[in-house]
Amino acid sequence: MMAYLIRRMFYAIPILIGVNLLTFVLFFVVNSADDMARLHLGNKRVTDAAITEWKTERGYDKPLVWNSQASGMDALTDTIFYQKSVKLFAFDFGSSDSGRHIGYDISQRMWPSLALAIPIMIVGLAVNITFSLILAFFRGSPLDFWGVVLCVAMMSISGLFYIIGGQVLLGKLWSLFPISGYDVGSNAAKFLVLPALIGVVSAIGSGSRWYRTLFLEEINKDFVRSARAKGLSEALVLAKHVFRNALIPILTGVVVVLPTLFMGSLLLESFFGIPGLGSYTIDAIQSQDFAIVRAMVFLGAVLYIVGLLLTDISYTLADPRVRLD
Amino acid sequence: MIEATRGGHGCHPEACNLPESSILIKDIQRKIRLLWPPLALIIAAGFLSACDNAVLNSPYPADAPKQSIFYSSFTERPKHLDPARSYSSNEWAFISQIYEPPLQYHFLKRPYALEPLTLKAMPKVTYLDGKGNHVSAQQALYTEYELSLKPGIRFQPHPAFAKNQDGYRYWPMSESELTDKYTLDDFKDQGDRELTADDYVYQIKRLAYAPNHSPVAGLMSEHIVGFADFMKSSKDLKPNQQGWVDLRDQSIEGVILVDRYTWRIRIHKTYPQFEYWLAMNFFAPMAWEVERFYQQPGMESRNITLNWYPVGTGPFVLTENNPNLRMVLTKNPNFHGERYPTEGSVVDRQSGMLDDAGKVMPFIDKAIYSLEKEAIPRWNKFLQGYYDNSGIASDSFDQAIQFGASGDANLTDAMAEKGIQLSTAVETSIFYMGFNMKDPVVGGDPNNPADQARAQKLRRAIAMAFDWEEYISIFLNGRGEIAHGPLPPGIFGYQEGEAGLNRQLYEWRNGSAKRKSIDQAKQLLAEAGYPEGRDPATGSALILYYDTTQSGPGAKSLLQWYRNQFEKLGIELIIRSSDYNRFQEKMMKGSAQIFSWGWNADYPDPENFFFLLHGPNGKVDAKGENAANFSNAEFDRLFDQMKSMPNTQERQQVINRMVEILREESPWLFGFFPRAYSLHHAWYRNALPHLMANNTLKYKRIDGDLRSQQQLAWNQPVIWPLLVLLALLIVVLYPAVRDYRARQRRAAR
Repeated sequence: MMAYLIRRMFYAIPILIGVNLLTFVLFFVVNSADDMARLHLGNKRVTDAAITEWKTERGYDKPLVWNSQASGMDALTDTIFYQKSVKLFAFDFGSSDSGRHIGYDISQRMWPSLALAIPIMIVGLAVNITFSLILAFFRGSPLDFWGVVLCVAMMSISGLFYIIGGQVLLGKLWSLFPISGYDVGSNAAKFLVLPALIGVVSAIGSGSRWYRTLFLEEINKDFVRSARAKGLSEALVLAKHVFRNALIPILTGVVVVLPTLFMGSLLLESFFGIPGLGSYTIDAIQSQDFAIVRAMVFLGAVLYIVGLLLTDISYTLADPRVRLD
Repeated sequence: MIEATRGGHGCHPEACNLPESSILIKDIQRKIRLLWPPLALIIAAGFLSACDNAVLNSPYPADAPKQSIFYSSFTERPKHLDPARSYSSNEWAFISQIYEPPLQYHFLKRPYALEPLTLKAMPKVTYLDGKGNHVSAQQALYTEYELSLKPGIRFQPHPAFAKNQDGYRYWPMSESELTDKYTLDDFKDQGDRELTADDYVYQIKRLAYAPNHSPVAGLMSEHIVGFADFMKSSKDLKPNQQGWVDLRDQSIEGVILVDRYTWRIRIHKTYPQFEYWLAMNFFAPMAWEVERFYQQPGMESRNITLNWYPVGTGPFVLTENNPNLRMVLTKNPNFHGERYPTEGSVVDRQSGMLDDAGKVMPFIDKAIYSLEKEAIPRWNKFLQGYYDNSGIASDSFDQAIQFGASGDANLTDAMAEKGIQLSTAVETSIFYMGFNMKDPVVGGDPNNPADQARAQKLRRAIAMAFDWEEYISIFLNGRGEIAHGPLPPGIFGYQEGEAGLNRQLYEWRNGSAKRKSIDQAKQLLAEAGYPEGRDPATGSALILYYDTTQSGPGAKSLLQWYRNQFEKLGIELIIRSSDYNRFQEKMMKGSAQIFSWGWNADYPDPENFFFLLHGPNGKVDAKGENAANFSNAEFDRLFDQMKSMPNTQERQQVINRMVEILREESPWLFGFFPRAYSLHHAWYRNALPHLMANNTLKYKRIDGDLRSQQQLAWNQPVIWPLLVLLALLIVVLYPAVRDYRARQRRAAR
């Protein structure tokens, strides 16, 4: 397995270089260094000299990917792409174009994101699996039918509706939870209940339908019939045989997102005023802060690769037949 | 339980031999059945008791509402808190409470008037010739401002001033000493010192210091003597032996330190508007110790910078800067004890604005601004009483405002019942649609007077057809005043009623302005050579281009409305949407044809609006703020004359002529002056809108007892829906449980 993991890690290097290059190209297709300077320096009374100085100070006065004025390796290294990218591979994110230390900002903002994402994932998983097992248990019955109808209805509703509806109903009309806000330490709990509840409820429809399909696929297989034939109760059949054998596709969906949990949720964090990482990248794109965009896309790619690796490892735990060679 | 046992009679022997899990499940089921009624009772009782005289949805600690804390929100992270760089209203909302420039605007006086803030008196102004002799303003080569500081003003406590027996406590520091320091709170010792004139002089040098990228450096280099030379030489400044760039070693010719409390600023010729700049944060004092402290190695990489932790002498200090969550201002223990103004109008007295006259400010202990990116939660929290003031988003407008028969805006009954109060004020801003005068179609050939006349008629015809009244009604909920010229109300030179009528586009009938008919616009267009809007060169409709950053479904109705305005004349308007960067590029290159733009006044003087149309300030040629690239010799001459005149009748006449030129030439469709609507709760006092001053937090007062009562009354938890939901769940679950049992029995048969 170690050989497999090391091999996969080496595969990751060209992927990360590619992602980095793509981010770079896409960003500079839309924004020029002058645009970035103008946005950072403000709209009023900005002089050309100030723009030039801003670019020089931050190294945006160099050519993008190829320096035809330089010779040898400098033609490649004395460019914005090289200068801004190479440190990323050592996870040195440096400073944002507005002067903030990106690593520190990420370390501060990841905790609120995690505080919201982890309960949503755990509770959501438990609720979705339980609900889909109930539907699978009552398959073909009116309860199953109406349960599926409910799921389809719930997954058809926009996530924004759940957020605004939840805030209005539970926060405003019933006055049970703060509409938005956040605090540090244990005081954060009261602010997290409502967004977590909405996060869980909004995912019930799609999650439960997906899991129900997985369970129903397993439920008529021979080994399940054998278990029933042994006289096991239906609840035990579902819990011990069906659930366990449906775990691999569930793990695929769950483990892969584990490392990216701390990247946060844009909508939930934005509407509930949670100071997480959800809006960090979007804000950076809007303010044309390439340093942050580059760092966050790189980090996202790394975490996704880690997630895929973890998924592979989890297969071996869930299914002894799987071997990583 | 009994049924489950019965079911067991016929089970398969192997299954019967595996009873542990079944027994466990049954045991849990039995316990739940026994326990749930008392558990539910306990939970319900706990919940109800918690709800008694308490609010569950408060985002603040229980005792917070009674305290003298101001709660508000912000939507966008302030980028710069360094007074040399900050130039946005969302940044000034914070730093204006912290930094104190020499002058400020009087809180109550209208029209807006300056008064000393940290000075003993208004600056002493002298006019000088080249040899330093006193001359009249007209003959002046230089104007000198002498500023005398009040003694005894102290900086806020800050680690930069902390001292020990060896000197400064936190200077010099090696990077290893910073290992455990990530915020300013990690520096335990603090100190302070008296504010001196040198701190003001130092800040002016900071404005000129090129690496600081002050947005006003370019403008000040035109006015302050020696400023431009300092800017040039400052690019080569290197850190001294102590590792920082000490601007005390440098000097600007026109900025002279006289003594501990006095300094002079010498500017070229006359520029009466300079005093307004002295009321802005750019000219607030900066202690050299503070800059030296922040310039230490390792500080910037830990995000400990002047741009993040401002240090001033004002009524508040920034005690928490977490722009992703909240910004907290706390009362400055060293504040010099300014008093609430005692002079005001009769209206001010009647409205209670003078109730606190003469009292020591600030009245509030703390101001907490929470980040609220979305309008819906922000609005709902205001209605719950958790924010003391609020603007009105267009989505909430109908909920908050209703118009009376006479067209005046009033609060809806729901708002009035809560005691919410409405403040409105026409902003000192203008939103206009501009023509690029360098464009051959709408600007005309500058070397061909006949073509210029054609283009002028075309612009005026469009201006006549463009129904801004409808725009304000549809897209602004009536929140705007029609602009008959570039000067908004409250700025010297603005004229109301018939005197201020734009007679090129309006007629005065029955005591009000009526837009001229579309037929007159068509007539003008025909005179321009476009009968029925047809371009004689092509024989089809004249095509014009509107450049904008707006796009997508949200802008569809607005852009269609723009097209409709041109269609009235038979002109086809092509919308060229692009992102902000491309739009800026087009404006810089002069390749846009028609565009929308706005301007928010820096200071209440007509010069600050007319310069937007001053020829030498053209966007394309001089990278200036004249986005229309308008140039008119008479207008430019009058501008130079007007800008240094005092506010007299003579100046008014010059302004009238300038406005008339603009009406005739129509480089802009004047558009409208936005009207700001803001709401505040009854417990928020002294909420007088001031469109020029940003340091108004010190005047505000909070009635904590009233706020606490109202919040309690408005936010009582509603429990019954939860009980209904619970009952509904039981109703749904009951047949499921019954079916489950039936299935279990069936499986056993």
